Amino acid sequence: MSEINSYEIVIGLEVHAQLLTKSKLFCGDSIAFGAEPNTHVSPITLAHPGTLPKMNKKAIEFAVRMGLACHCEIEQHNYFARKNYFYPDLPKGYQVSQHTTPICKGGIVTIKTASGNKNIRLNRIHMEEDAGKSLHDVDADNTCIDYNRAGTPLLEIVTEPDIRSADEAFAYVSEIRKLVRYLEICDGNMEEGSLRCDANVSVRKKGEIKLGTRVEVKNLNSIRNVKRAIEFEAKRLTGLLEKGEPVIQQTRSFDADNGTTFAIRDKEDADDYRYFADPDLTPFQLDDHFIETIRSAIPALPDERIKKYIEQYKLPEYDAQVLTEEKEVSDYFEKIVQHTSNYKAASNWLLGPVKSWLNENAKEISDFPLQPEKLAALIKLVDSGKVNFSVASTRLFSYVLNDPSKDPEKIAKEQNLVQQSDTSVLEPVIDRVLEKYADKVAEYKKGKKGLLSLFVGEVMKQSKGQADPKITSEMILKKLSA
Amino acid sequence: MFEFSSIEQYHARLNEGKATCLQAVEHYLQQIEARQRLNAFIEVYAEEALEKARELDKKRTRGDRIGKLHGVVIGLKDVLCYKDHKLSASSAILKNFTAVYSSTAVKRLIAEEAIIIGSCNCDEFAMGSTNENSVYGKVLNAQDETRVPGGSSGGSAVAVQAGLCMISLGSDTGGSVRQPADFCGIVGLKPTYGRISRYGLIAYASSFDQIGIFGTTIPDVASALEVISGHDEYDSTVSSKPTEAYSELSSSKKKYRIAYFNEALEHPSIDPEISSAIKGILGELKNNGHEVSPVEFDLMDYVVPAYYVLSTAEASSNLSRYDGVKYGHRTHQKGIDLTEFYKQSRSEGFGKEVKRRIMLGTFVLSSGYYDAYFTRAQKVRSLLTKKIQLIFNDFDFILLPTSPATAFKAGEKTSDPIAMYLADIYTVMANLAGIPAISIPLFKHSNGMPFGLQAMSNRFNELPLLRFSDELMQDYRKHP
Repeated sequence: MSEINSYEIVIGLEVHAQLLTKSKLFCGDSIAFGAEPNTHVSPITLAHPGTLPKMNKKAIEFAVRMGLACHCEIEQHNYFARKNYFYPDLPKGYQVSQHTTPICKGGIVTIKTASGNKNIRLNRIHMEEDAGKSLHDVDADNTCIDYNRAGTPLLEIVTEPDIRSADEAFAYVSEIRKLVRYLEICDGNMEEGSLRCDANVSVRKKGEIKLGTRVEVKNLNSIRNVKRAIEFEAKRLTGLLEKGEPVIQQTRSFDADNGTTFAIRDKEDADDYRYFADPDLTPFQLDDHFIETIRSAIPALPDERIKKYIEQYKLPEYDAQVLTEEKEVSDYFEKIVQHTSNYKAASNWLLGPVKSWLNENAKEISDFPLQPEKLAALIKLVDSGKVNFSVASTRLFSYVLNDPSKDPEKIAKEQNLVQQSDTSVLEPVIDRVLEKYADKVAEYKKGKKGLLSLFVGEVMKQSKGQADPKITSEMILKKLSA
Repeated sequence: MFEFSSIEQYHARLNEGKATCLQAVEHYLQQIEARQRLNAFIEVYAEEALEKARELDKKRTRGDRIGKLHGVVIGLKDVLCYKDHKLSASSAILKNFTAVYSSTAVKRLIAEEAIIIGSCNCDEFAMGSTNENSVYGKVLNAQDETRVPGGSSGGSAVAVQAGLCMISLGSDTGGSVRQPADFCGIVGLKPTYGRISRYGLIAYASSFDQIGIFGTTIPDVASALEVISGHDEYDSTVSSKPTEAYSELSSSKKKYRIAYFNEALEHPSIDPEISSAIKGILGELKNNGHEVSPVEFDLMDYVVPAYYVLSTAEASSNLSRYDGVKYGHRTHQKGIDLTEFYKQSRSEGFGKEVKRRIMLGTFVLSSGYYDAYFTRAQKVRSLLTKKIQLIFNDFDFILLPTSPATAFKAGEKTSDPIAMYLADIYTVMANLAGIPAISIPLFKHSNGMPFGLQAMSNRFNELPLLRFSDELMQDYRKHP
């Protein structure tokens, strides 16, 4: 074990995020997922003779948005280059990419680790077009190709080799996914391939400055698999070093079924992609005004929101973290608190009954039928003492969900869920209860003060839950001390 | 008997009822049939053209407004997409390929009521100077059938030269419109890079390619330019500069500032008769009050190498899409791996000259050679562009020969590609610098062949260039 601990894992990640534009990077074809094969394929996508690319400006905007959120330097003078190679899923025989001149340089993504926050430096973020998909299992004798995805705009987000463990890699990809969702530039769905990750992994002796020979692991289609693949690869590479065997620079693929990786090809010689500026696309300039307009439209990001929730709303850090996990939940929370200043109650409602309801019904917050102001109205009902929380969060909540447009207070009244705080109504009930439990009253008076809750509970029961527990309790205390 | 001398005259006869579009189309179909051995056309759209002519005649006699190119019979180089028509770039790799959309230029011709009569033969993927590199066989020069028509737009040039259509479109990457125009004794215009949308033009070298126009008169070429030029959302390299009324050529009788290069006229490769004919014109222009001055030009020996390095680099990438996967020729060999599949399909589909240029272009972009070839050639290009801009600060036009020689004998240059490339010495300059250039048929050689004078102007100065060319055609032509 001590031997293993004397090694250090060095990881760099390349994340490909499919941009949420309506159309492809260089033509009007839709990029919607799940269409019948080869239905989003214009002559431009299929690289018919004579076709030319036309730039999707939205993609540039999205790239800049991501760059600004990651504190990158934005390159104002940009052009696209051609990366030349042959593959059947690459219609033009070259990929149009900013590989040589990225739109965003440098930058930082902050992740949370067991030992606190850690900054992962970015090398760059650049735009490129995706390839089609080769399908090897559709036909027994042939490989089939679906070009729907060809030309889809991607952002490639490349880190420096700053990541030191599978857990950090997990935290990094989670953070990137959270960011792209907050920025609304990518749906972050790894299963559908809208977010893909390649990991460059190497191992070296602790204290060594030179990086070890790296392997690139592809086909990581979930954040969990990023972690699993790196864990496996770290063990494999450490094992090789332990045995004194050389590490071969390779591209490997992750097999999610058994949690192992296998070599796809050796990378002894660097490929020669013969990059040159694409003469079909004119260089484009981004002026300060364009960049500032994008900057000013960036929504508040998780860190900023967490800070606000803790400092301004006085929420516990746990609540702030969970509320900001998903932008839609956080947005919903912010809408509730426009109608109530009981921030903790808003958080409790969202993280308690609302979340349970979503889980039970397998729904997203976007499907939640109740408008935020109605939830705020429920909070007000509890705060004003008209309905107690336990009734509000169970019985009233389900009535309200059944009729989400109706005023919750009205529903509470109709369903007799409003608390009784009228002392003249409560008094006879209390008297009845104290009479019924005369022996317990005697014990109470001898010092068994814990019996108070029994009396309150009994009053609640007899009033069918409508008695205001606070007032009831006060009244009983008064009577018993008389 | 149908006769054509210019679009203006043709339109006048149509309006007077002395001719019909149908007569015009029938006439050209007969001519094409009669001159089949020239091999100018790959495919003739006879039925369609006749149908269109009848339709236009009906429309005109109804008194409806007529299009700018109403009934004008046009041939298209086989590199321009015309929806539902075959398109092959004269290559086996695209044999039996049918275009699924129309190029912007063709759409605009049709919108102005032109009649497309057929597709014209050319060098494969527009690579060549003689139109001998075609899967459909070579094209003959109508003036002397033992000679080549020039290339790569040889079929389009001969179609106009031999009176098989009124005007035609070609493409000019390094002289492929001007040089065949020179060899065939007609007008050939290459507009400014970015004047005409390249959408639907099969790419050879994207930063050089430009659609060009052949005609027998300057006004005819100008009319076509007016129709097809201008902004197009499908080509991001096309200029959004408004087009001008190029067909309004009213002579200004202006005195121009004209530059020429002694390095060009004294070049060892030039035919002395061509050199002296051009010197003669320069003298006449001077005598007529124009300012005519020699300008030092020390880049003469670099333009052809720079052009071939850059154009083949782009071509090697542009032609990657012809891989047998999506469309076009695919090898019939079975049981081969992917790499072999590409090698076989492309080896079978491409001709010798195209392969040579793909290899050359791949080489100059390869790591280890990139800086020595590609980067250096880019530097030459930018030096040349700056130099040309400086010249146009002081001059309206540059005059040059179009070609150092008249039309070659068929087969004369096929064994020596370098000699063939060097013959592009006067034409590649305009493509490297992106400026407009025109070959004007002013001369006849003692060998009986025509040749032209090349005039160039600053970017987007097509209108003055055409006006000047028209004056030259009117007042300086040396043969009828």
